[in-house]
This record gives sequence, structure tokens and C-alpha cells, in this order.
Amino acid sequence: MFADFDFDVIWRSLPYLFYEGMRFTLTLTFLATAGGVVLGTLIAMMRLSGLPVLPVIAASYTNFMRSLPLVLVIFWFYFLVPYIGQWATGASRPIQVGAFASSLITFTLFEAAYFSEIMRAGIQSIPRGQPAAGYALGLTYWQVMGSVVLPQAFRNMTPVLLTQTIILFQDTSLVYVLSITDFLGAASKIAQRDGRLVEMYLFAALVYFVISFAASSLVKRLQMRIAIIR
Amino acid sequence: MNYNWNWGIFWEQSPEGTGTYLDMLLSGLRWTIVTAIVSWLLALMLGSIVGVLRTLPSALAQRLSAAYVEIFRNIPLLVQMFLWFFVLPELVPSGLGLWLKQLPNAPFYTAVVCLGFYTSARVAEQVRAGINALARGQKMAGMALGLTTLQTYRYVLLPMAYRIILPPLTSEFLNNTKNTSVALTIGLLELTARARAMQEFSFQVFEAFTAATLLYLLINLVVVAGMRALERKVAVPGYIAGR
Repeated sequence: MFADFDFDVIWRSLPYLFYEGMRFTLTLTFLATAGGVVLGTLIAMMRLSGLPVLPVIAASYTNFMRSLPLVLVIFWFYFLVPYIGQWATGASRPIQVGAFASSLITFTLFEAAYFSEIMRAGIQSIPRGQPAAGYALGLTYWQVMGSVVLPQAFRNMTPVLLTQTIILFQDTSLVYVLSITDFLGAASKIAQRDGRLVEMYLFAALVYFVISFAASSLVKRLQMRIAIIR
Repeated sequence: MNYNWNWGIFWEQSPEGTGTYLDMLLSGLRWTIVTAIVSWLLALMLGSIVGVLRTLPSALAQRLSAAYVEIFRNIPLLVQMFLWFFVLPELVPSGLGLWLKQLPNAPFYTAVVCLGFYTSARVAEQVRAGINALARGQKMAGMALGLTTLQTYRYVLLPMAYRIILPPLTSEFLNNTKNTSVALTIGLLELTARARAMQEFSFQVFEAFTAATLLYLLINLVVVAGMRALERKVAVPGYIAGR
């Protein structure tokens, strides 16, 4: 079964896999998480704001994004972003957008919908008396949010946010559909070039498993430490 | 935007010669729905077994089922899809591998099996949560009546657990439906793949994707409405969801 298993092809392609592929995957994961959390928090604040139209817009955005498959959204933005760029910059033809920028925009906007649901739960978990106390001290909305509500919401939701980041890390493999060299894309290119599908895909699975499993174990430990404080 | 909109494109013949572009998208929709339902049945079956194993007193059963869940949750779906499609036929005895590769509709069977196992790990976690949410007395009462462990699960614990976890199962079903789009990488001609093909044939990117988007939204609405009705029907009296 594993008689003609070629470990050497993995060994030879390690620099390419990790330096080209994994660097792309991790950069995309971290930037999209950062962007998604910021945007998601703003969407959650809109949704809970109690202003006239904003909650409806925020809820529609979240529900819309959450009912579409990520693969379709990746295709949408891949074709749409050049036109949006043209419209924004006033250029005469659709602008060229690199693979990285396109996938970063896609994942930020897509994951913002999921992060906003997490942050909404986080904000709603804060007792009503906390913002009330802030307002009683004469703080403005932004001061109450920035100094009272959000720090506690982030703290309560850290394990969930991190779990979502692990899911995002796994989801970035879907940029494969745009032939981008992320970790899986790199493994797949080597696999097809050398005819070593078995070795490369098993190795890719192993690497994803080790990273995700280690990360989720750490999150579990963090969750236990946070739980003690309450 | 200097994009040439042409909404009439859906009624034009597709170059495949099997009908209009609309027919093409609808055939994609059919594959999406069939794949989603068949893989869901597999996921529900496997997930229930693994979820029950996680709640049994046996340490071995708990450890094996925990490992099962971790394996299927910590590998990206796309990688799992490749493992089932490209790697499995090479690892089994060569006769069987050849048969697997030559199977008609191989992408469909692979997608069903892959999604079934992938989603089963998530279903297992829900089933476990549902069983653990029940009061301890339920299991004890079953035992006290002289039921075997199997009977206790069949007649006491599971009927209650399923009714409690129906809402999270709905979202797992929707996730499973959305995940069928990943199978386009192994050649399943589901909705996203058909929208992509339509875009390549006709260059009408946004019409194709808009239609696919609307169809996905429609699936969501139908499933959510159906499940809400089912939830009301099976809600347990005395719980917050019940009357």
C-alpha cells in the first residue's frame, strides 16, 4: 500500500510549500481575521444601534452572506472587484486586482458576517447596567462602546473568535478555485507536476490537521482559564 | 460600469446543446439538492452513531469517537475531498481502485461520501450536546424500567435529544448544502459549477452569478421555513421552545 511512497518529494518541496504556500495562507488568515473582526464589530454595533435603517441593513448583510457558499462568493468578488475598483477610481476600464488583494477582500467581507454574529452575542452578554453607568458618567456612545462594552465583549468572546479564526484558516484553502498558490495550491501544483498526488495530499492533510488541532487545543485551554475568572 | 448587461441570456441556447442556459443552471440546482440530501442522510446516520458513542460510559468508545470528530473537523473540506477522490483509489487494492476510478458519476459518489463524513462529525457534536442536555434522571429512569442501553437510547434519550437539537441541525443542513459547492473542484456539475460554466461560455459573469445567488437564497428560505414548521410540530411541551 505504502510500498512506493515517496517521502523525498515532500522533503524536496518543503521550502516551496511553506515559504510560498503557507506564508500566503497565514498572511491571508491573519489579515482577513483582523479586517473581519473590525468590520464585524461595526456591523454588530449597527445591528444593535436602535437607529432607524441601520439594523435592517446590518441584518440583511449578515443573513445574505451567511446563506451563500464561500466558493460562489470567491467567484463573485474575483469578477466584481475589478469593476468596483474602476468605479471607485474613475478609471476607463476595469482595474487589475491581484490574486491576494482579491481573496483578502473576499474573506474580509465574507467572514465579517460570521464575526458580526459572534460580536453581537458578545455585546448582548454585557449587563445593561454597564452602558447605563457609562452614559450616567456623561460618556458619549463611542466612549461607552470603546471603554466599557467592547473590551468586555472581546474578552468574553475571545475563544469563539479564535475558533472562527481556525475555521477561516481551513476555509482559505478554497482559494484553490482561483488557482492561487496557497498551501494547498502549492501542494497541488507539486502533486500534479511530479504525479505524486497521494504523498502531497496526505501531507497537506497532515499539516492542516496538526495546525488546526494544536490551535483548537490551545483555545480549549484558554477557555478554561477564562472560565475560572467568572 | 461599462459592463454589457444581457438578462435575456438565460433563454439563449447553451453551447452544450442540451437546452438554454436556464436549463443548465436548473440541472446544477438539481445536483446541488440531490447531493445535499443524500450526503445529509449519511451524515445524520454516522453522526448519530458517533454522537451516541461519545456519551457511552465505555472509555474506548469515547476515545475513538472523539478521535473521529477531531479528524474530520480539523482537515479542510477541500483537502478531504481530494483525499477521497485522488488518494483513496491509490491506497486500496488496485482492482478496487480501478473500479472506483471508472465508476460513472464518480464525483457525485465521492462528494456524497466526503460531505457525509465531514458533516457527520458536526452532527455527532450536536447529538452529544443534545443527549448531555437531558436530565440525568431520564437515563436512570430508562435503566430502572429494565431497558437495555440500546433500548434506553432508542426509546428515551434519542427521541428527546433530536427534538432539542433540531435548530442547530437546521443550520448544519444548510452548511452541508452550501458545502456541496466545494465538490465543483472534483468535477461535480452542481449549481456554482454550472454558473461558472455559463460565465465561461457566455461571458455574462454577473447574470450567471446573480441567478445562482438567488437560487441559493431560495434553498435557504425553503429549508428554514420547512424546519421552523417541523420545530413547532415536534417542540417538547414544557421547554422554552414548546407551548
